[in-house]
Amino acid sequence: MELALSPEDAAFRDEVRAFIKDNYPAEMRVANPETDLSKEQMLLWHRILHDKGWIAPLWPKEYGGPGWSITRRFIFEQETTRAGTMPPLAFSVTMVGPVIYTFGNAAQKTKFLPRILSGEDWWCQGYSEPGSGSDLATVRTKAVRDGDHYIVNGHKTWTTLAQHADWIFCLVRTDPTAKPQSGISFLLIDMKSPGVTVRPIITIDGSHEVNDVFLENVRVPAGNLIGEENKGWTYAKFLLGNERTSMAGIGRSTRYIERLKKIVKAEIPEDDPAHLEFIRDIARIELDVLALEATELRVVAQMARGIDPGPAASLFKIRGTEIFQDITELTHRAIGNYGLAIREHPVSANHFMPGPDYGHTASEKYLNSRKLSIYGGSNEIQRNIIAKAVLGL
Amino acid sequence: MDIQFTEEQELLRSSVQRLLRDQYDFDARRKIVASEEGLGRRQWDEFAELGLLAAPFSEAVGGFGGGPLSTMIIMHEFGRHLVVEPFVETVVVAGGLIERAGSDAQKQAHIADIIAGSKLWALAWTEKGSRFDLATVTTTARRDGDDYVLSGEKTAVIAAPWADYLIVSARTSGHRHDRGGVSLFVVDRRAANLDLQSFRTIDGRRAAEISLRGVRGELLGLEGEGVAALEACRNRAIGALCAEAVGAIGELNDATLDYSKTRKQFGVTIGSFQVLQHRMVDMFIAHQEALSLMQHLSLSLSEGKAGLSRLASGAKSKIGYAGKFVADQAVQLHGGMGMTDELNVGHYFKRISSINIQFGDPAYHVLRYAQLDAVA
Repeated sequence: MELALSPEDAAFRDEVRAFIKDNYPAEMRVANPETDLSKEQMLLWHRILHDKGWIAPLWPKEYGGPGWSITRRFIFEQETTRAGTMPPLAFSVTMVGPVIYTFGNAAQKTKFLPRILSGEDWWCQGYSEPGSGSDLATVRTKAVRDGDHYIVNGHKTWTTLAQHADWIFCLVRTDPTAKPQSGISFLLIDMKSPGVTVRPIITIDGSHEVNDVFLENVRVPAGNLIGEENKGWTYAKFLLGNERTSMAGIGRSTRYIERLKKIVKAEIPEDDPAHLEFIRDIARIELDVLALEATELRVVAQMARGIDPGPAASLFKIRGTEIFQDITELTHRAIGNYGLAIREHPVSANHFMPGPDYGHTASEKYLNSRKLSIYGGSNEIQRNIIAKAVLGL
Repeated sequence: MDIQFTEEQELLRSSVQRLLRDQYDFDARRKIVASEEGLGRRQWDEFAELGLLAAPFSEAVGGFGGGPLSTMIIMHEFGRHLVVEPFVETVVVAGGLIERAGSDAQKQAHIADIIAGSKLWALAWTEKGSRFDLATVTTTARRDGDDYVLSGEKTAVIAAPWADYLIVSARTSGHRHDRGGVSLFVVDRRAANLDLQSFRTIDGRRAAEISLRGVRGELLGLEGEGVAALEACRNRAIGALCAEAVGAIGELNDATLDYSKTRKQFGVTIGSFQVLQHRMVDMFIAHQEALSLMQHLSLSLSEGKAGLSRLASGAKSKIGYAGKFVADQAVQLHGGMGMTDELNVGHYFKRISSINIQFGDPAYHVLRYAQLDAVA
């Protein structure tokens, strides 16, 4: 399905398409890019996009964004995801960057924004804590003012790719007496500060994406506070809003469905009754994708006319993640007995993995994608948001 | 992708809305359904007066050239009001077939009457055992002079008891399931040797079993090319039915949401329960997705894009399942009231159930969608 494009936008699409084809690094085309690439490898494409001026589609031109229209941003998103490119680190570019240029002071903008764009700084997100998951406003990590510093103590968790991070943006409690939402501040912390410890959490797929981050008497310059003290909840919500909008994942789902079809064709004979079951299940998922894509295009067309979808955008997170989970589950089922096998991490060619290549990541993808309905505000929280803000319940 | 209506389309929509609001509330509909004939001749005249019956036809045959988008606009509103009159059967299906396949003489003879509201039509394609396959036809047509003579049985022909004319599919050559050899015929519903056994449908409309024992019919389109014509016609009919279903889904969601904000149990409104809130969010999402797909299909139909059959089947299936989900939940959330004939909710449920049978159910169309992919 395609957006009706003006000749200029169509030319832009062709330009993006050609640029990806000519420039996407071959060494990033590995079995499972999300878990198999080193930090340096992940940054290859980031730097190429930076050199081109395309690293931060969302950002205003004055801060280094390309100054694209909504339509062009969408085209870029569509082309990059359809081509299966690894998106630049969201925590840096999509999350903390916009918070800094929207709520940060001049010094913070000058210091951080160029280093986000260049890939020099790698950011991670210090939101969740052991006792604060969906109920994020109860964060207990404390920041106590001490002269021109804050002393930070606490425990952040589920911190994605913290093992690579130079900086962490944290929600910290600066007023323990206020209501939960109004005592929180948004603080930027250097990961090299004394007292910061990162401990890996291995997830059910065997990979190391997330971590515990312990903060013990970490001294943070007061200049690293974003905006006003105790207004952090506002900035946090702004950031989560940015996170939800690009979660439909149409390009990725479409690629995985094509792959699934090939696997079914190779694995399941047409006279096997299971074949028809797979055909039907795949068709239903394809239609789920088609309906979500049509909805995304409808919303993009509306946004281009200045109509904001608002909290209804939560539906993209809900449906996009549910659909991808369905696809990975079906793929895992399609490879049959080889669904028992799983790659060992860290991945190495020396480990034996049975069965055809196309099935090698099916188990880990199936397991890993269970996270999708949990992170970024669980799908239950997203439903709460629509119920309250759209349906008025 | 999102349809920004033209001024003309906005006008069409608001005038249909006004007409239905003034003359087609739930009580008015109830009286129409309970009447002997089961349809509102006066309402049909109003539709003609307003130009609805002319809207999708091309200007060349006396229409307004609105195409599938005007059908979408009209049917979406009709879905919200549970309109029973045979707009799809007469205008979209029969009118569309005559406009595309008919001779100049046939166009002149029939389209003006359809537009004027003076003639009603029905399509007789289903037979016992044909289920949803357009090519499974045993009714025969034998050439006799300039005309043909038809014999066979047609089943569950919606709107036939109201119709002045039928379009009948019959075999001019080949075997029972052959795609080739099926032709379409215009038959006078009151012709000699044509028997009708009328019955009520679950959604308050009328249909009939039809028996043809040597009935004279006039060929519509090319001999042996009937299935292709029917397929294209079905795509347009699906576009209309999908819009109707989306209109009904929207009404059910509004009604359910309103009810959940007023109905109290355990001392609180039932809309305060999270399990019901999440259910209604899923109903909201189902509606949004169905609406998007409806627009996508209607736009594709109006642009005459390739792969229309696959898209139409996909939309029929996805919107069919969405409708079933919303209708099930709307009845469930209304509790005992949802079961009553008095409340409109059950009537939307029944209309959606009926749409989900017409021209193929969601399970049929999801497989067809998959099979057309394999062919492509």
